[in-house]
Amino acid sequence: MATTLIVNGQSQTLDLPGDMPLLWVLREGLNLTGTKFGCGIASCGACTVQMNGAAVRSCQVPLSDAEGAEITTIEGLGTPAALHAIQAAWLHAQVAQCGYCQSGQIMQVAGLLAATPDPTDAEIDAAMEGNLCRCGTYPRIRAAVKDAAQRLKEV
Amino acid sequence: MASIGKIARRTVLFGAVAIAGGVAFGWWKYKTPYGNPLENGLADGAATLNPFVMINAQGVTIIAPRAEMGQGVHTTLAALVAEEMDLDLAAVTVIHGPASAAYFNAGVLRDGAPFNPIDTSWLAETVRDAMIFPGKLLGLQITGGSSSVIDAYDKMRLAGAAARAVLMQAAAVRLGVDVSTLITKGGAVVGADGTRLAYADLAAEAAGLPLKATPQPKARSDWHLLGKTQPRVDMLAKVTGTAQFTADLRLPGMRFATVKTNPNLGSAMTSYDASAAKAMTGVDRIIPIPGGIAVIATSTWAAFQAAEAITFDWEPATYPADSAAIAKVLADSFIPDRQDSRNRDDGDVDAALLSGNVLTAEYSAPYLAHATMEPMTAAALLRDGQLTVWAGNQLPTQILVEGAALTGLPEASISVETMLMGGGFGRRAEMDIIRQAITIAMAMESTPVLLTWSREEDMTHDFYRPSALARIKAKLEGSIITAFDLSISSTSVIESQAGRLGYSIPGPDATLVQGAADQPYTFANYRVTGYRAPAMVPVGSWRSVGNSQNVFFSESAVDELAHLAGADPVEFRMSHLTHDPSRAVLQAVAEMSDWGRVPAGRARGVAFCISFGVPCAQVIEVEETGQGIRMTGAWAAVDVGIALDPGNLEAQISGAMIYGLSAAIRGEITLAGGRVQQSTFWDFEPLRMPQVPPIKTRILENLPQIRGIGEPGTPPAAPALANAIFALTGQRLRDMPFNKSVTFFQTA
Repeated sequence: MATTLIVNGQSQTLDLPGDMPLLWVLREGLNLTGTKFGCGIASCGACTVQMNGAAVRSCQVPLSDAEGAEITTIEGLGTPAALHAIQAAWLHAQVAQCGYCQSGQIMQVAGLLAATPDPTDAEIDAAMEGNLCRCGTYPRIRAAVKDAAQRLKEV
Repeated sequence: MASIGKIARRTVLFGAVAIAGGVAFGWWKYKTPYGNPLENGLADGAATLNPFVMINAQGVTIIAPRAEMGQGVHTTLAALVAEEMDLDLAAVTVIHGPASAAYFNAGVLRDGAPFNPIDTSWLAETVRDAMIFPGKLLGLQITGGSSSVIDAYDKMRLAGAAARAVLMQAAAVRLGVDVSTLITKGGAVVGADGTRLAYADLAAEAAGLPLKATPQPKARSDWHLLGKTQPRVDMLAKVTGTAQFTADLRLPGMRFATVKTNPNLGSAMTSYDASAAKAMTGVDRIIPIPGGIAVIATSTWAAFQAAEAITFDWEPATYPADSAAIAKVLADSFIPDRQDSRNRDDGDVDAALLSGNVLTAEYSAPYLAHATMEPMTAAALLRDGQLTVWAGNQLPTQILVEGAALTGLPEASISVETMLMGGGFGRRAEMDIIRQAITIAMAMESTPVLLTWSREEDMTHDFYRPSALARIKAKLEGSIITAFDLSISSTSVIESQAGRLGYSIPGPDATLVQGAADQPYTFANYRVTGYRAPAMVPVGSWRSVGNSQNVFFSESAVDELAHLAGADPVEFRMSHLTHDPSRAVLQAVAEMSDWGRVPAGRARGVAFCISFGVPCAQVIEVEETGQGIRMTGAWAAVDVGIALDPGNLEAQISGAMIYGLSAAIRGEITLAGGRVQQSTFWDFEPLRMPQVPPIKTRILENLPQIRGIGEPGTPPAAPALANAIFALTGQRLRDMPFNKSVTFFQTA
């Protein structure tokens, strides 16, 4: 069954099972591999993308629910040549270690800062609680979120 | 060697010479019996001198032959070479390079020598140096043991210095001037008159020149990159989703696979019924593999779904089936027949413990999973008598061995593409998924297959940090420990891990008492005995290996004694230490945390150890919130001898601490009916951001030699927290994880 959705600004029509999670549609249907598989049950946040402006766990969104939706992945947020302010803050703070969770962390922050442009420490902690990092980059993520908030104001 | 091949395809003609495959430089070769693996990918007419530096029209490529699993090793190793070649790190390409014995790791074996890390006697140093030779003979390309910089520090600086020297020689010939009139800058040799000859332009000529003199690495005072925080070479890719992990590999015609194997670890599959799974959309094939099945499909999701639809009959476990039975085996192993080592036996402990008040206590630590963020992944392709394996692995040369054994191909027909790793922590030093991927490739000849484990398969089929028991008997006289007798019972990591690779390592397992027997404390009567329990659940190296549990045992006991003595825990440790770098880290962490002045309502604990040669002291601060205990601050001071990249060291120390605290607070793998009971991040849950306190670190350089940092931040974290909780509540935590005994603060 063909499903049409808008991914990073481009309309995509895909002939994939309607119950296939958006995560696998992105990774293997569209080869947008920046969105990561970590657990498949929304316990780690590695698969976070934006759907109609809100951060969602793409492992929990069946393709059929994404019909007509606007999806933004890490690839659509910014590129190596044209970084988004959050990515620039991440680069400045040298956040990533293994880096596997960071696409999800960044997409979660994009959702946070869209709704809360000036988050407090407690708001950052609460928004980021669902995103695991096994390397323990949390202290640098906190710093980068604050930097990103500043950068977004200056844009 | 597709990485090299890719470089070859990107190269262009320049000048009169086509350096199709690039030119590789180096000096290390004269000391290694191995050929330069870069030669395999170079086109006709291109030359190569050494395994670490390659130059083509695009510039300089540095081979950093250690697994990048987040620890920043590519940046630091590349900086060693770039420093000597006067290159900006931003201007070089850094790759893992091929799996090759030329990239053997001497550092990891050097520190396997059975001496205490602060023992710098002639005998200890001689034996350590001698360990380099078996390292070379085995050609073991391994990432682990916090050994990468120890191995690379001289080797890769010399490789860079040698490459620079021949490039200057080539420029001197070209310009008809004496080499002493030339300098190097920004990827070029520059003459006295300002003439600039790019390295790429000189590469082919330089490769044909013999090195005139042994190159000398720069003096530290001349360093531009080393000693300063460098932007990581992998950071831009990792913040833009463009970094290539194994899971991200996409090849034409690729199929996606998953496996399910017996949850009774190591046992066989009796039978299975895949009739429902075979009919599912997207399923190509379902094949038996050792211990289970593999599903090959058009998507990973289809493979996952089909694997869930298969029913199995499994052979039962061959080890005690539940955690209580395993604990009993450990408890029953404190017997002379099971004694594995007693390398630490100072004074006469038995005599000292005959009289006076003796502290006795028992501690325990559970099995732990590595739980890397990227579940196990590997891809393989067998086509036209060539096997290629794509994987993030800490032992790439072993993949050649495994590939040859499974396929019957010569190792020369096998290549390994080392991909970025979504976490390693010791888990990716194993060959289980590698064998599965090759087995699948053999069944799917000419089709590349990417194998991805589900999180559940990953959590339930790890090679776990062993569970362990410890018993302490100790005696105080005033504020001095006069007897310290620690006995530890655990299964052997070395026996289990080396056994899986087909090796049998004779003698005691140093990791069984690592972090306890090798500490610099000066107790007059000091004995540490390791008891090797029978092999049970398969166990492996988990970040910091034996230190991860033994430092908890030892440093909790020292803390108990400090409190019994009514002494300040920092002062108490200082009074049992004469090793200056160890004293310095304790003093530093006390200063940083303002140890004597604790905010009202809070309490602090301290712990110290040497692991992988690195003295590390940590302080954790806690408070009672009314809804559980919360960490409010953490401080760490370490000594690595030479701090090559302070920013990366800071990241590793604080990350390793958080890894240790996750285990301390709620890390536990239990067994029931032969099976691991935890299956995902809901029931094996690492710390999340709200639980993690601010962390401050300090790096000292008092040690006489350079040391690595991937692991030493982990071991003191658990005892520092337990000791803080005792200081806050008076409750002594002797069993990990601590959430079995106290409540921790959680949001929501």
